[in-house]
Amino acid sequence: MKHFTRNFFLTALVFTVALAAACSGDAMGDKTGTTTDSGGDISLTGSGASFPKPIYEKWVNEYQKINPKIKIDYQSKGSGGGQKDISQELVAFGASDDPMKDEDMAKAKGGELLHIPTVLGAVVMTYNLEGVDQSLKLTPEVIADIYLGKIKKWNDPKLAADNPDVKFPDAEITPVYRADSSGTTAVFTDYLSKISPEFNEKITSNKQPNWVKGVGIGGKGNDGVMGQVKNAPNTIGYVEVAFAKENNLPFALIKNKAGNFVEPTIANISAAAAGSVADMPDDMRIQITNADGENAYPISSYTYILVYKEQKDAVKGKALVDFLWWATHDGEKFAAPLHYAPLPEEVVKKVEAKINSITSGGKQLHEGGNAEAKTAGE
Amino acid sequence: MAETGTIGDKIFRTVLLIAASTILVIIVAMVAMMVWSSLPTIKQFGLGFLSGSDWQPASDIFGALPFIYGTIVSSVIALIIAVPLSLGIAIFLVEQAPKKIAVPIGFLVELLAAIPSVVYGLWGIFVLAPFIRNYLGAFLQEYFGFIPLFEGRLTGFGMFTGGVILALMVTPIVTAVVRDILEVVPTTQREAALALGATKWETTKIVLGNAASGIAGAIVLGLGRALGETMAITMVIGNSPTISASLFEPAYTIASVLAANFAEATDRLYLSALIEMGLVLFLVTFIVNALAKLLVARVARGSGTAKAT
Repeated sequence: MKHFTRNFFLTALVFTVALAAACSGDAMGDKTGTTTDSGGDISLTGSGASFPKPIYEKWVNEYQKINPKIKIDYQSKGSGGGQKDISQELVAFGASDDPMKDEDMAKAKGGELLHIPTVLGAVVMTYNLEGVDQSLKLTPEVIADIYLGKIKKWNDPKLAADNPDVKFPDAEITPVYRADSSGTTAVFTDYLSKISPEFNEKITSNKQPNWVKGVGIGGKGNDGVMGQVKNAPNTIGYVEVAFAKENNLPFALIKNKAGNFVEPTIANISAAAAGSVADMPDDMRIQITNADGENAYPISSYTYILVYKEQKDAVKGKALVDFLWWATHDGEKFAAPLHYAPLPEEVVKKVEAKINSITSGGKQLHEGGNAEAKTAGE
Repeated sequence: MAETGTIGDKIFRTVLLIAASTILVIIVAMVAMMVWSSLPTIKQFGLGFLSGSDWQPASDIFGALPFIYGTIVSSVIALIIAVPLSLGIAIFLVEQAPKKIAVPIGFLVELLAAIPSVVYGLWGIFVLAPFIRNYLGAFLQEYFGFIPLFEGRLTGFGMFTGGVILALMVTPIVTAVVRDILEVVPTTQREAALALGATKWETTKIVLGNAASGIAGAIVLGLGRALGETMAITMVIGNSPTISASLFEPAYTIASVLAANFAEATDRLYLSALIEMGLVLFLVTFIVNALAKLLVARVARGSGTAKAT
């Protein structure tokens, strides 16, 4: 029996060592991410934000019809995951709703990363308030106070002041937030942090901020938040605009910088982009919450594709650049039906310059882009 | 364990040895990996990680206590509801129900055990949470609201709903196992008890006594599922890392926080904190299982003396 026991542990030990060796071998192995060509096809992998997934899938689909040789695979795993994957060179392109931080960009293994904005989205406030049919009007100060736990009841005078026609119940407000780390939360908290110093200090602007203890409940994903708002009366939550419209959720009008209560329409989201073009830096990393403009919807944001400026593989790099060019030009017409706002003309010009700056072995990858590069280059 | 034997026996033994050792390998490999990957937070917070009650990833503050609390309390609620329920169903199926009823009900129980947890979760959001808010919770709050357990805001999403959904998920598993155990208790024992003039209830008590260790094992199995359940409970527990006396307030479990955040954790310290949470869940499961095993041993000894008569 003793002999047997010894044998058992010995086998286990050998096994463990072998497994560990195999694992470390794996980790060393696959680094390129973009899978190998088979039969002349070029395949590109991308991963990241879940918010633009419907439009990216549409693009991939449509692009495939024109270029059947190029296979593109997009995995939506969240903005953070996209940033991580492109930094590790695991994918050909990453996708993120919020721009990368300087320190994260410095860690990227493949050199300089470019941010290419693709479409625009927005965050809407949805709510479950029995007996209230009309759209609520909310100021950012009120939203911040609700999430800070300072406005506790629906019949608070601050809410009533902006909504004279609404008969609010004497009920506690339950704010609902995203429990998972999310780009939607990043946009939402960026906006409220700009408005309320207290929000900025306590909750902070983050993908996963420090929600006030004892205030509100968390849901996983847009659908988690929607599920809780739909099924618990007197709740308020924030979700992605496309998601809200697909699911026919009620949404509030938000007071923008110009003082108007605006609806999250595609035109108003584009207006936020247009109102902030002047502030857009050369690397295009910008949060456009609380933008200028009469009709600008204040909780709007770009979503980005992240690519390396210097592509290691010229063939794949060329395919990627062509796809990006197509997406940000011809592809923009698919945006509105899917509830995304297309890029404004001025931003497309900047995007062209960025795409033209992508090289492989020092050679520009986008063909025929020279003229535009010269005129639009910064 | 003779060393002699045919070649066939040797091969057979080796194959079994490898199969058995995989368990050990998997556990060693997982623990090693988790300890290794969570070194940054282990170094930085030490035991404070376990006792800290603040969880603020944005500020690099990590305390696991609300999650440990949420995991244990939700599982305890689940067992309080599920154990009597499953014992009742199992006893009914084996001891009371005629075949005509026992077979279809047994089949349904097995069917329930096979439903994926995300379906339980959706049902929890759309049916259970409103039901608890409007009826069960409202009832408890109205008549027992003076007890701190039933105070507080009743949104339908919180610890109580989480515990109930876990109970519903654990019940079919415990029921199925207990039923199988009761079925293997020899019929002669029942006949003997009845022949001695015991009532149905007394007979059942004897059968239960003999099956005690197996029943305890079934409960441990159910507890394991409750502790590790992720998707369903994430959808109804409210996901707020708070420790509250009220069962209606939102809470959070270890498995839920891992599921909700793992994909997006890019920061080194945050990732380390999440992996350490996995380690904590491992330890909690280990401790709870060990306690349960001790309990089983005691119960088995107790029933052993009864069996000797």
